[in-house]
Amino acid sequence: MALLEVDNLQTHFRTPGGINRAVDGVSFHVNEGETLAIVGESGCGKSVTSMSLMRLIPEPPGRIAGSIRFAGKDLLKLSDREMRAIRGNDISMIFQEPMTSLNPVLTVGRQIRETLMIHQGLDKQAAEAHAIEMLTLVGIPEPGRRVREYPHQLSGGMRQRVMIAIALACNPKLLIADEPTTALDVTIQAQILKLMLDLKRRVGAAIILITHDLGVVAEIAERVMVMYAGRKVEEAPVAELFRSPRHPYTQGLLGAVPRLGSSLTGTARRLAEIPGQVPDLRKPIVGCVFAGRCALATDLCRQYAPGLEEKGPRHIAACHYSAKGAVAA
Amino acid sequence: MSLPLLQVNDLKKHFPVKAGLFSRKSEFVYAVDGVSFEIARGETLSLVGESGCGKSTVGRAILRLFDITAGQVILDGQRIDDAAPSTMRQMRRRVQVVFQDPFSSLNPRMRVRDILAEPIRNFGLAKSAEDLEVRLTALMDTVRLPREALNRRPHEFSGGQRQRIGIARALAAEPELIVCDEAVSALDVSVKAQIVNLLQDLQSEFGLALLFISHDLAIVEHMTHRVAVMYLGKIVEVAPRREIFAAPRHPYTKALLSAVPLPEPGAQRNPIILKGDVPSPINPPKGCRFHTRCPLVFDRCRVEEPVLRAAGAEQWVACHLEEGAPAASPEG
Repeated sequence: MALLEVDNLQTHFRTPGGINRAVDGVSFHVNEGETLAIVGESGCGKSVTSMSLMRLIPEPPGRIAGSIRFAGKDLLKLSDREMRAIRGNDISMIFQEPMTSLNPVLTVGRQIRETLMIHQGLDKQAAEAHAIEMLTLVGIPEPGRRVREYPHQLSGGMRQRVMIAIALACNPKLLIADEPTTALDVTIQAQILKLMLDLKRRVGAAIILITHDLGVVAEIAERVMVMYAGRKVEEAPVAELFRSPRHPYTQGLLGAVPRLGSSLTGTARRLAEIPGQVPDLRKPIVGCVFAGRCALATDLCRQYAPGLEEKGPRHIAACHYSAKGAVAA
Repeated sequence: MSLPLLQVNDLKKHFPVKAGLFSRKSEFVYAVDGVSFEIARGETLSLVGESGCGKSTVGRAILRLFDITAGQVILDGQRIDDAAPSTMRQMRRRVQVVFQDPFSSLNPRMRVRDILAEPIRNFGLAKSAEDLEVRLTALMDTVRLPREALNRRPHEFSGGQRQRIGIARALAAEPELIVCDEAVSALDVSVKAQIVNLLQDLQSEFGLALLFISHDLAIVEHMTHRVAVMYLGKIVEVAPRREIFAAPRHPYTKALLSAVPLPEPGAQRNPIILKGDVPSPINPPKGCRFHTRCPLVFDRCRVEEPVLRAAGAEQWVACHLEEGAPAASPEG
């Protein structure tokens, strides 16, 4: 059985300019111990999806509908109190910017202790000992000294390690990582990605990785879901998605990224551009969400939204024209 | 050899920092500490490195957004680091900049028309009101924005369109060199591709030289002719694109390249994972600045600073492991 099952998730925001359908009818699942990547560009709804899972969307102006079943329970039907018992315990989250998500006036030790004392009922000494253990686990040198330090005394990479330590302190079943390495330098990113892979093997938590970096996706995801304008447009196992992307948007994304080493192999070419811009989500979209920017779009696409169809084994995409065979990109 | 468009000789920029409330001794951030390179006309040189390596400070020094601590910046044979304001004014026209953040680098109160007209008027480029109008519409065509957009204000545009306006503003002054300081880093993948293609087209159309400052190595490889790799205020390796990406010599360049995740699932790679963080530029390590993280460190690295040595026809590396090659400066 799937650990997390999201069905027809709709997260809408009331704005002065109308209702913003940030996430509009998205369904997916995550199995135990699996890593699912959600990719897409700014405003595609990937972060709003993750915030909805944690019920961190302020209501109003937001409104979440659909169902989010986690280990058999519908998270949207829980009371605030029941939800608090799940956050940070069964499901935890890492954010992009560790400086703004850590409390600057509390020591890192206190911030790790807090979740252990609330969720696991540990006393202060036991929690402190466990905090030091967690810092060791995430590879922070001199953990005994670092627990007494404040976030500003740590470098960006160290802060992200502390965030990971807090997130994993209670052995969550699901870890949501929202752009965990985007703010980090590339050599530090390599450290953090390696750490996440090691910890996953050791702790066995399922991971939802939210990112726009296709390199990071290829590195750690098992399955990928591509979002565009609040909808899921494609989903496939990672190797399958990179080998034969079916949705024109996914094809465009993959073609827009230069490959390291391409100047040597003679495969360098002009980058593919996706013309135009993302549609305004405050206006109802008739037909396919990508029709306005798609080279293959016809009147059919502009009138009828394509449903998600099976294009291969465990591979689905929402496009009228990406038949089971290859698509002319 | 013809005169390079830009020459930077032993550039240093040290920023003072307060050591403490009652301390009289002041400390310095050694942001850039002895950097030399040159850029030919129509060439793209990329400066790469991680946060705090001094790559943006080099860009700002060339634009003379501040006075440098030591060294020389020479544009077309004329020193601009100590030029008088009157000469500097004409020199400024020839070196323009595109910044990372298209939201904070455009004045929200000005219409696009006024943003673009300002450099044209400043440098007296338009002969008449009609000429100004012709130039404005030509600029919009060049960066592929609709002409009607001239009468709108920056907030009405998306990030990619704003970056186009930033590029049009740089082009308005008819420069010979554009400093692109992380000019595409803040943009989404599909928009980034549009701007990268635009910059390449403009370069071949106008014969522009670019100083492309970036941390994104895949984009750099796509754009550049030569690459200079910086670490803690120093250049550790300079080479043409082919050499940097096929045969990097400096251990830091190797680690940097191997750390980039490839968009190919299951790709065989053995990233060199560097230990620890970049040390503070306030007290940079003695000897080779990279010795605290270098996997190949040996005793000499801790005491003696390596100089840039020729490691190939146009490849220069600052590493003791390159011993044997004659020490020289990268000019010439």
